[in-house]
Amino acid sequence: MTPVLEVRGLSKAFGGVQAVDDVSFELRQSEFLALIGPNGAGKTTCFNMLNGYLPPSAGSVKLNGRELIGTPPRRIWRLGVGRTFQITATFLSMTVRENVQMALISHHRRVYDLFSRATRMYLDEAMALLDLVSMREQADRPCSELAYGDLKRLELAIALAHEPALLLMDEPTAGMAPSERVALMALTADIVARGHVSVVFTEHDMDVVFAHAHRILVLNRGRLIAEGTGAEIRANPLVQEVYLGGGRLFEKERGNA
Amino acid sequence: MGFYLAQLLTGLANASSLFLIASGLSIIFGVTRIVNFAHGSFYMLGAYLAYTLVTTLQGGIPGYWFSVLAAAVLVGGIGLVVELTILRRIYRAPELFQLVATFGVVLIVQDATLAIWGAEDLLGPRAPGLDRAVRLMGEPIPEYDLALIAIGPAVLAAIWLVFHRTRWGVLVRAATQDREMVGALGVNQAWLFSAAFVLGSALAGLGGALQIPREAVSLQMDLSIIGEAFVVVVIGGMGSVTGAFVAAVLISVLNAFAILIFPQVSIVLPFVVMAAVLIVRPYGLFGRPGSEHGGAEEPEQPLRLLDQRSTMVLLALVAMLAFSPAVVSDFTTILLVDVMVATLFAVSLHFMMGIGGMVSFGHAAYFGVGAYAAAMAVKMLGWGMLPAMALGPVAAALAALFFGWFCVRLSGVYLAMLTMAAAQILWGVTFQWQEVTGGDDGILGVWPAEWASSDRVYFYLALVLCLGGIWLLRRVAHSPFGYTLRGVRDSRIRAEAIGIDTRFHQWMGFTLAGTLAGLAGAVFVFSKGSVFPDALSIGHSIDGLIMVLLGGIHALAGPVYGAMAMVLIEDWVSRLDYWRFIFGGIILTVVLLAPDGIAGGVRRLIQLVRRDAA
Repeated sequence: MTPVLEVRGLSKAFGGVQAVDDVSFELRQSEFLALIGPNGAGKTTCFNMLNGYLPPSAGSVKLNGRELIGTPPRRIWRLGVGRTFQITATFLSMTVRENVQMALISHHRRVYDLFSRATRMYLDEAMALLDLVSMREQADRPCSELAYGDLKRLELAIALAHEPALLLMDEPTAGMAPSERVALMALTADIVARGHVSVVFTEHDMDVVFAHAHRILVLNRGRLIAEGTGAEIRANPLVQEVYLGGGRLFEKERGNA
Repeated sequence: MGFYLAQLLTGLANASSLFLIASGLSIIFGVTRIVNFAHGSFYMLGAYLAYTLVTTLQGGIPGYWFSVLAAAVLVGGIGLVVELTILRRIYRAPELFQLVATFGVVLIVQDATLAIWGAEDLLGPRAPGLDRAVRLMGEPIPEYDLALIAIGPAVLAAIWLVFHRTRWGVLVRAATQDREMVGALGVNQAWLFSAAFVLGSALAGLGGALQIPREAVSLQMDLSIIGEAFVVVVIGGMGSVTGAFVAAVLISVLNAFAILIFPQVSIVLPFVVMAAVLIVRPYGLFGRPGSEHGGAEEPEQPLRLLDQRSTMVLLALVAMLAFSPAVVSDFTTILLVDVMVATLFAVSLHFMMGIGGMVSFGHAAYFGVGAYAAAMAVKMLGWGMLPAMALGPVAAALAALFFGWFCVRLSGVYLAMLTMAAAQILWGVTFQWQEVTGGDDGILGVWPAEWASSDRVYFYLALVLCLGGIWLLRRVAHSPFGYTLRGVRDSRIRAEAIGIDTRFHQWMGFTLAGTLAGLAGAVFVFSKGSVFPDALSIGHSIDGLIMVLLGGIHALAGPVYGAMAMVLIEDWVSRLDYWRFIFGGIILTVVLLAPDGIAGGVRRLIQLVRRDAA
């Protein structure tokens, strides 16, 4: 079976700094893949190249066999890649439901429609998506009033609106309370388990990573230094060395388990 | 050779005075993020004060230079008063509020100057000791020009020293880069802002004071310099004093030579240069990204469709308007056409600014293009009224397509400035191209067709076209297109991430707003029977901004209230002496006391009534 995402030799240099150096990996159908690494390892740079915001110095990124490098972000979205942001980006002057409707309107290529009432379009689909992230009750609230955790869930609903084959989540739980983190990632894992979507996410919270990721990639100084399941990564001496104090982090996780 | 040297030196002398006013503007913008329209007024006040001081003191060389400096200091003091009483209260407001507030100051200063110094131009004395000309390569060069050429770089050096060698100067530079951070570090922002404003206004005053031996002191000095000063600041990069100097030299020298080849070019040249620079370097020659926005706005509330009762009320109002010609006088009928034209113009500007988030300082350009296209179709092509009226919005759409393509590449104040540049270019062309547009004399005798020539019939024609246009824009605001435009305004990155071509969408929004402004222009020209370059002027663009602000930018109904209020107030006050003073006062009252405009007031009133009823 061909992989959903195939990354080959992805590299990015900023001046003399090799931020991402020859990174290659594959993502299989319905896989939940975590990209971890210490600060400055190149996770975000890697992500921005996957979603088209940053042109790489070298390498290729293929979605279902189709090259994404050189494609603008909005085309990448049309090809079936949804994304959530490290710092949430939503339409604050609209209601929660209208935010989801916007994604649906764009997906159905109706953004140049001058006469329909936007707020009445794709109502059922929008409500179904909000159900998926348990936000139905908040559908008519202005987006500007939402708590941060709810904004993150809303972003997830928006990202799923065009039934993407791939979901890119950049630090999905950053800035959330611990209980919210677990809930959000459990929800995402649930969506991966039932559907056709595969997910790549970056994450700092090791609890979240080890609890949910099917497979983990470890990045350090732009290079991929390890790859494997949670147990394999925990046992990897190279990873332990990179994380120095990280040993404690793993201990803690084990303690919780 | 000598002749070219003389041109070059004249250019450099002009550059010095332009630099003085532009550097002040740039410092004020850099630190406070205020686009200070009143800067031209400070320049004018500097000239008037220096005139009075020089002519009363009669103190020879020391007297002259003392007067110039004293005028600058006095203007700095006036700047302090303006800052403390008005601007300090609106630093957190969006840039539009500040612009309109400073325009209120412009109006008040104009009438105050008129009251104190009278309407006649005042010819200042020559500078003692510098009143002759020296011969360079056979050409006479005024000594005073040479002095000015030296003063510009000297002031630049002084500002540089202050900014790099004093603690205060370091704070000013820090605030220009990141004023939140400076505030977070415990610096007293209020006084930093005041001091920057005083320095900036004093520099404008100095620029004006130094002009008195070169040109007559007049009431037109303020608005004639402000456009060019804005251009210099934008080309140099907002907040950069060095940039202001380079840009002033660039513009003035280019101008000095360009008029040799093509004398009419001087009106549009600065704006053409600015447009060219902004396209290559969107933040100006020495500017940096991230310095373009005013204060953050509160998030807007979601749009709501009209409920049944509101629809009934609205229909009743429209019906009342439709039956009004049967009841009211012909004069009122004509006034109502003015109101409808102004409303359509304001609604189209609101569509662009409120919905699209693109603040335009030059929306009158498209109104004017619509009016001129219709007028020229009648006069030169011999078209009938209806086809000519249809040509108006089409021509405006083409103009908006052309200029919009450049404008949507920028955002914030830079976008606003480019829209102003576009409007100034079109205004300059209209003003200069005598054979085609009639120049200053405008186009006269553009009357409606026979069947529509009575005031009453034309009223209904205007009613259908203007209400149709307003209805269309309202409908679009609620449509996917309008929602997407708001989405791009709220979060460009999110819009891009759900597959929207943000730039193209803004371009189309810009064009639609321009098209409807053109329709307003076409209705306007047949109701007046004539059109003059005023229709495209900055003043008319600002009228539009005031209407939107007066009505309240956060409500779809805002521009409707604003336009009605504006036309009625204008009709009332413009009959009075010193109407500018009153009008400026009204503007300041609205900005300071009711920042959500009439629409906000009406909303609060309705809430109050409902609460009482419940």
